[in-house]
Amino acid sequence: MKNRGHLMKRSCRILASAIFAALVMLPCSGPSVRAELRIDITSGKVEPMPIAIPAFPGGAANETQAGREIAGVVSADLERSGLFRPIDPRSFIQNVSLDESQPRFPDWRQINAQALVTGSVKTQGDGRLRVEFRLWDVLAEQQLTGYGYTTTQQNWRRIAHIIADEIYKRITGEEGYFDTRIVYVAESGPAEKRVKRLAIMDQDGANNRFLTDGRALVLTPRFSPTAQEITYLSYGSGAPRVYLFNIDTGQQEVVGDFPGMTFAPRFSPDGNRVVLSRAENGVSNLFALDLRTRRPVRLTDSQAIDTSPCFSPDGSKIVFNSDRGGSQQLYVMNSEGGEVKRISFGSGKYGTPVWSPRGDLIAFTKIDGGSFFIGVMRPDGSAERLLTRDFLVEGPTWAPNGRSLMYFRQSPTDSRGHGSTRLYSIDLTGSNQREVVTSQDASDPAWSPLLR
Amino acid sequence: MWTRTIGIFGGLLLLLAACSSAPETVPGGPGGPGVGGPGGIGSRNALPGSQQDLEASAGDRVFFAFDRSDITPEAQEILARQADWLRRYPNVTVTIEGHCDERGTREYNLALGERRAQAVKNVLVASGIPPSRISTISYGKERPAVVGSSEEAYAQNRRAVTTVN
Repeated sequence: MKNRGHLMKRSCRILASAIFAALVMLPCSGPSVRAELRIDITSGKVEPMPIAIPAFPGGAANETQAGREIAGVVSADLERSGLFRPIDPRSFIQNVSLDESQPRFPDWRQINAQALVTGSVKTQGDGRLRVEFRLWDVLAEQQLTGYGYTTTQQNWRRIAHIIADEIYKRITGEEGYFDTRIVYVAESGPAEKRVKRLAIMDQDGANNRFLTDGRALVLTPRFSPTAQEITYLSYGSGAPRVYLFNIDTGQQEVVGDFPGMTFAPRFSPDGNRVVLSRAENGVSNLFALDLRTRRPVRLTDSQAIDTSPCFSPDGSKIVFNSDRGGSQQLYVMNSEGGEVKRISFGSGKYGTPVWSPRGDLIAFTKIDGGSFFIGVMRPDGSAERLLTRDFLVEGPTWAPNGRSLMYFRQSPTDSRGHGSTRLYSIDLTGSNQREVVTSQDASDPAWSPLLR
Repeated sequence: MWTRTIGIFGGLLLLLAACSSAPETVPGGPGGPGVGGPGGIGSRNALPGSQQDLEASAGDRVFFAFDRSDITPEAQEILARQADWLRRYPNVTVTIEGHCDERGTREYNLALGERRAQAVKNVLVASGIPPSRISTISYGKERPAVVGSSEEAYAQNRRAVTTVN
C-alpha cells in the first residue's frame, strides 16, 4: 500500500473523438491491508458481491446530474456482469456529500455493503468535467483503488464505463469489458424480404447508431483490432462481397478483386490482413488478403466448403469450419495454410468458431438433434462444454477479457412471419444469460476490443 | 409454377400443371401482373422468354434435401425443361439463385446456396447451354420463399431458382 501514494499517469485514447482523459491515481489513506475483497470468477456460480454506489455529488446542477447518471451507469454495468449486487440507494444511511469525503464505514456495514464506491464531479475552468472515484473495502475500512478523469461533458458515459472497468478489475483481478462497443445487424420487415442494416452501440445498448441505410443486404460485421474499421458482407454491388467500413469517415469499399462471392471476413490480430472465404464453382476456399498490398494469398485448396475462419490471438493459427470430411466440422491450421487438423469430434455439426482473446478456448455454434448450441472447447478440441441450447442460437463473439460471450437467438417463426431475433450474453461459466436489449430485432453481434 | 392469384384461367392452368409433359405457353401480346385482377378483362399470357413463361413452361425452381446439393430425379426433369426453354430463347440470360433453409449457420449456408446454384448451372451447361448465359448468386438463408419454422417451409426454401435477367 505504500506505493499507492505517488501519482500514476497514463493517457487514454477516446475513440473517434480525440479527447484525452488524464487518469490520476488517487492517493489512499486509511489502515493497511487485511483480507482481500475479491471475487474468483473462474469458479462456477458466484454469489454477487453487495456494493453501494451512491450518486457522485457535485456542486452545480449539471454536476449533480452527471454524478447521478455516472453512478447509475457504473451500477448497471456491474449488475449486468452478474458478479455484483448494487444495493438499493433508498437503504443508504450516509448521505454522501462533497464535504464528507471519508465514508462512515459502520453506516455501510449496517446495510451489508461489502464494497462502496464514492466519487465527485466538478466542472473545470475550460468547461470539461473532472470525475473522481474511490473504491472502498467496507469491512477493512480501506481504499482499494481510485482514479480521476477529465473529459468533455458529453463523454460522461465512457467515463462511467471506464470506472466500472476499474472496479471490476480491482475486485476480480481480470480486465473489464464495459468500455466497449457492439457492431451488429439490425433487422426489420417480413422474413422473405428482411431489411438488414449495420448498427453500432455501446456494450450496454446506449448510443445506438445505424451505419447503413438498409438498401443493401448486409451480414456478419466484425471489428478491426483498433475498433476503427468493420469488415462485413454486403450485397451492395448486386453480388455478395466482403467490404470494409471506416467508422470515422463512413467510407465503404470492396475488399479484394475476386471473381465470385467473397464472404465470412475477419481481421488478423495485427489488423493488416483480412481472412475470408471465396466461392468458385461450388467450392469455397480460404484466402488472406493483405490490406496494404491488396494481394490475396490462398490458404486452402479443397473441393469442399471451407468458411468462417478466425485467427488465434497470436496470429499463428486459423480455426475454420469445413465439410471436407462429409459434415461441417471445426479445423485448425497454420495461418499461412497447411497442417490442417480436425478438432471437433462430438455428435452433430460445428460452425462459426471464434478464438478467445485469451487464446485458451474456441467458442462455436453446434447443431445437433434439431437444436442449436453455443459452446466452447480447447484449441486442441478437448474439454467441450455447451453453454446454452435453443431452437436457434448462433454466432458467438467474445468479450475482450474472454469471460463472457454474446450471440443471437432466433425464435421459431410462425406461418404469418411472427418471430423474434435478439442478442444475448452469457458468462463462460454458463450462468448469467441475459438479453442485450435492442430497439428492434438484431443478429450477428461482434464485440469490440477495449476502446482505450 | 404460378405463384400469383390466378383469375379466370386458374382452372386451365391447374390442368396444365397436372400434365407431366411440358405445357405449351400461349404466345401472345402483353400480359403480366394486374391484367387478371378483380373484374379484369382480357387474357393473362406470359410473354415468351419472360420469367412467367419459364415458370409456366419449365418450372423455375428445383428443391434439395437438407444440407445437400445433389440434383434429384425430379429436379433433373425440371432442368431438362429449363434447358429446352433456354434453347428456345437463345438471347435470354439467367441468374440462378441458391437458397437454404434456416437450420444452418449463416456463412456455411451462403456457401451451400452457392454450391446448389452451381449444381444447377452444371446441369444446364451439360445440356448444352453456354456457361456465359448463366450466372449464379447465393442468398444463403436470407431470402426464404415460404415463411415459417416448419419442415414444409424448409423443404420449399432449400431451392435454386432460375431467374431471367
